[in-house]
Amino acid sequence: MSISRRKFLGWMGGASLVAAGARKAHAAANRSFEGYAGSLAVLHDITRCIGCRRCEAGCNAVNELPQPEKPFDDLTVLEKRRRTSAPAYTVVNRFAPAGDGQPPVFVKKQCNHCLEPACASACFVKAFTKTPQGAVIYNPNVCVGCRYCMIACPFEIPAYEYDKALDPRVTKCTLCHPRILEGKLPGCVEACPTEALVFGPRDELIRMARDRMRAHPGRYLDHIYGEHEMGGTSWLYLSGQPFETLGMREDLGTAPAGQLTSGALGAVPMVVGLWPVLLTGIWAITQRKEKIAAHEQAQAVAAARAETEAQAEVRLKTALEKAAKENAAAVAREVKKALETAKTAPQGESDTEKKS
Amino acid sequence: MTSPQTTTGPGRLLTPFNLVAGIIVVFGMIITILRFTGGLASVTNLSDDNPWGLWIGFDLLVGVALAAGGYVTSAAVYIFGLKRFHAAVRPAILTGFLGYALVVLALHYDVGRPWRLPYPFVVSAGTTSLLFEVAACVALYLTVLFIEFSPAALEWLGLKRARHLVTRLTLVLTILGVVLSTLHQSSLGALFLIVPAKLHPLWYTPYLPIYFFITSTIAGLSMVICESALSHRYFHGKMDAAHLSGNRDLTLGFGKAASWVLLGYFVIKVIGIAADNQWHYLGTGFGAWYLVELLGFVALPAFMYAVGVREKNITIIRWTAAWTVLGIVVNRFNVCLVAFNWHLPAEQRYFPHWMEIGISVFIVTLGILVFRFIVTRMPILHAHPDYDAH
Repeated sequence: MSISRRKFLGWMGGASLVAAGARKAHAAANRSFEGYAGSLAVLHDITRCIGCRRCEAGCNAVNELPQPEKPFDDLTVLEKRRRTSAPAYTVVNRFAPAGDGQPPVFVKKQCNHCLEPACASACFVKAFTKTPQGAVIYNPNVCVGCRYCMIACPFEIPAYEYDKALDPRVTKCTLCHPRILEGKLPGCVEACPTEALVFGPRDELIRMARDRMRAHPGRYLDHIYGEHEMGGTSWLYLSGQPFETLGMREDLGTAPAGQLTSGALGAVPMVVGLWPVLLTGIWAITQRKEKIAAHEQAQAVAAARAETEAQAEVRLKTALEKAAKENAAAVAREVKKALETAKTAPQGESDTEKKS
Repeated sequence: MTSPQTTTGPGRLLTPFNLVAGIIVVFGMIITILRFTGGLASVTNLSDDNPWGLWIGFDLLVGVALAAGGYVTSAAVYIFGLKRFHAAVRPAILTGFLGYALVVLALHYDVGRPWRLPYPFVVSAGTTSLLFEVAACVALYLTVLFIEFSPAALEWLGLKRARHLVTRLTLVLTILGVVLSTLHQSSLGALFLIVPAKLHPLWYTPYLPIYFFITSTIAGLSMVICESALSHRYFHGKMDAAHLSGNRDLTLGFGKAASWVLLGYFVIKVIGIAADNQWHYLGTGFGAWYLVELLGFVALPAFMYAVGVREKNITIIRWTAAWTVLGIVVNRFNVCLVAFNWHLPAEQRYFPHWMEIGISVFIVTLGILVFRFIVTRMPILHAHPDYDAH
């Protein structure tokens, strides 16, 4: 056998190309995706947010969204916890920290632009794309409107235009991807008056966050939310309050969403490959069993018939022999009788003759 | 009991059944118009927090599970060689085919742009999605079921050669049906693997796809028992000797199988709790509801099926089958609606709008009407006189 190492590796490469579907799901790959190199992100320093809602207004303007009922400078909307919706890609919520006299904390909420997004993994028409620049963008031209992305998103971000009959879209923050491509800032970042939002390369923002922690001991918790959550996100958060008390879940884990389903997807080709073999095997076994059963039945019938025939023959033979014997005996008896009569007859005759 | 002929007899249109069905269909049409003019907001309680409601929970998840009788019965007869159940194949295939057709119809109401439903296959294939697998398998399996059903229609139409051709594919179609069913029944459960953060830990487990597949066989077996009982009652006149005499045998045989599979399912459910060490949740409110599902709708029917089979009591088996079907509904509702979003406050939880229920009832009614149309005309519950039971 002369298979060169190179040839072998070439074949393996071919095989992995065939299994491209499985490769995408990283069914068995021992590797992780750390995000596109140099991709852009936003750092939200929650301790700097004053809850002015200018970011909401900025978002509304650059995305040409419908005007809300209450204007953006009306801060009474903060009294209720809000989530993102079709007309609002971002919302600011107010939280009261534990302990008396503590000032309220404001947190901005929008798409976190995961490095490996759940929505993109869940979409069956690839309507979501993680761009190398950092944004997770949505393509309404292929979207069927199944809303599985909304189910899948652990941050509960995508919204849906439920009131549209024929062309409803899923809506969410785009990280102002078109503006990024033009070299502009995202609308919310540009509108923020307190630099609670900083836009830049993700790895630099992580360094900046650590610098702030070092520079202001006691101001921040030692946790950059989004650095590892769900495999990492392109929005990063710094806070002085536990994130859980700010409506941000800390139980999401660090595995990207795709890993949750890759095992099940990896099982698909196994079922396709093995089930027909197993089922055909069962079919063949039952067929063979039936065949053997039929054969054995036929054999048994034949054997039984043969036996009966043999028995019948024996019986016939014995009967015939018996009959022959009886015949012979009868003949002998008759002969004997006849002889006896013949023997006695002359005597009788002579007797009678004598008598007469 | 009214005479079974009241619903099947020719010429009588104004029966109580037809009247009720007619009213439901009219209401269904009206809601349909509302849905496709006003959008989902006008007829559903769906929200950004609750993007999937009754139409996914019942029409898709329950619908697909309850349509499993087709692959279960055809596999039993053609692969496992249980030929004594042959008479049950056609009704099971027909209900399976109608079930899947109605699932696809219901999806047209739920998704935003139904005419794009073929997009995953022809425009942009999102192969990393479990939903892609579901869509692909449902589309293929609907085709398989249609071909499996077609001999009955071809006999009715008198197309002997086409019918002969199709029946030669029986084994291949059966195997294909089992493969596709294994895949999409389990994938419906796997859809929820991506939401450990939203689904209650008692229901969230990596075993979800296996649970969904196993329960689909339970649903299939139980549905065939229920359907045969109902057909026996309402389409008695359409059944030939093989169907009438095989009914008891079928009920006993499928009841026994269902009992065993339920027992196995009970065991793997407990293993699921143990594997993730979720015992402590059993003491909570959700835990109590979980125990209702596990003991009331898994352990109890497993036991009652066993009793029914041992006593040869057809009545017990039939009622157990109906109870088991209800248990499947409970299970799918729990995963999709009750235990999903359990972390949200009550005012953000979902309860279906009456018009959502209206559409679901409308679609089930359509199924019954089409089923009746077909069994009163085509050789489903009886063999066609020109052909041997193939």
